[in-house]
Amino acid sequence: MKKCLILTSILLLLSGCSGNWGWYVVDPTTSSGWTNLKFMAFGAYYTILISVTAILISVVVGLLVALPGLSEKRGWRMFNRTYVEIVRSVPILVLILWVYYGLPTVSGITLSVFWAGVLALALSDSAFQAEIFRAGIQSIGRGQYEAAQSVSLNYRDTMRYIILPQAIRRILPALGNQLVYMLKMSSLVSVIGLQELTRKANELVVSEYRPLEIYTILVLEYLVLILIVSAGVRWFERRLKASDT
Amino acid sequence: MTIISMCDVSKFFGDFQALKDVSLDVALGERVVICGPSGSGKSTLIRCINGLEAHEVGDIVVAGTTLTADPADLEKVRGNVGMVFQQFNLFPHLTVLDNLCLGPRRVLGLTQVQARERAMTYLERVQISEQADKFPRQLSGGQQQRVAIARSLCMEPRILLFDEPTSALDPEMIAEVLDVMTELALSGMTMIVVTHEMGFARRVADRMVFMDKGEIVEVGAPQDVFNAPKSKRFEKFIKQILNH
Repeated sequence: MKKCLILTSILLLLSGCSGNWGWYVVDPTTSSGWTNLKFMAFGAYYTILISVTAILISVVVGLLVALPGLSEKRGWRMFNRTYVEIVRSVPILVLILWVYYGLPTVSGITLSVFWAGVLALALSDSAFQAEIFRAGIQSIGRGQYEAAQSVSLNYRDTMRYIILPQAIRRILPALGNQLVYMLKMSSLVSVIGLQELTRKANELVVSEYRPLEIYTILVLEYLVLILIVSAGVRWFERRLKASDT
Repeated sequence: MTIISMCDVSKFFGDFQALKDVSLDVALGERVVICGPSGSGKSTLIRCINGLEAHEVGDIVVAGTTLTADPADLEKVRGNVGMVFQQFNLFPHLTVLDNLCLGPRRVLGLTQVQARERAMTYLERVQISEQADKFPRQLSGGQQQRVAIARSLCMEPRILLFDEPTSALDPEMIAEVLDVMTELALSGMTMIVVTHEMGFARRVADRMVFMDKGEIVEVGAPQDVFNAPKSKRFEKFIKQILNH
């Protein structure tokens, strides 16, 4: 009964119950609707590509920024704090605009839309990654370092084989969060013209004048994408846990 | 032959002086048991020997290397000195076998096959080879501590330090760890053991060291110091720990 109701309401919604809806723009049974849908869906390519590239870079940069934050030397810690505080205070949209329009003037380096987006997203996210890594590494007890020292492991091996594997297990949920966050933030790169999901939707709106339907599809696209990613992260966490026992 | 020589060593934690002009020589093959009330500096003393704590004053020479802040010196000293901790400090994300193999492979440069072979030898020695593929938390406390001892042995150190190795164990597991330690002692390993297990001390120690408030108060053969303690503080301590 409940299922029936939901189904009818979806059907009503799709058929345009009040006449104000125009689902024909994304109706897969018509050739123009199908073309529009394909046009929108292909934006997923850049959304995924830019998010994954940016998160990979930001994890590495975040780790490199986190390590000096754990140093006993004040100077190293200051570097960590300064980086985190400054990068964290710049809104992502502002950073994207600055990297794309400002950086070429300052440095003479012109980046493609894609790499400007990657740089801005990765930079912005790295400050958060650094904090996540720092917390994760700090949660590992002193005894682990001492045990590593007592078998003469050097700093690099201690981090690589003892501390980081344990820290990463603990911060995995937070890293998964960051990936979801990144997928959503990548929509901002549409402002400099990257052909990702949001940009595609915007372009279609301009030619079809059907914002409601097109943005609804856009919402669904992000929803599906992120639900898949969340499920993947959870699967990975379970697998790590299983390998522990 | 003296393998560890400590001369007028002092150690501070902020304003608190944890060690006060401590001097102690340990000969190769000697078994030294250190006891004393909590906060007396006994753990700090042995942690200074492998550089887990840096001392501020005095000299510590281990197997010919003077301990300084220089990482190269620390590395040399730690190559000669193994340590067993109160809380075992096994690596929880690695199997027993991998716990043992990591040091030999990364530090001593053994191949995987060589490291495994060595690890199994020492696991057999602590009678726990059947647990090689388990993770630490699947083992009992006593088993974990024996694995920790095997992990230290895998680096084939000349000296083994024990920092209250049985204090975190349930009573029924203390014996299995002490048995392993006794076997080690009889095999001629140089050992410095911080413990309150006076039975073990009597059986195994060549020398007893009693510490209180950061100082070495009394040193002597176990039968001498137990039967005729020279200082009031040691006498009181023995009474306290033997009276219950």
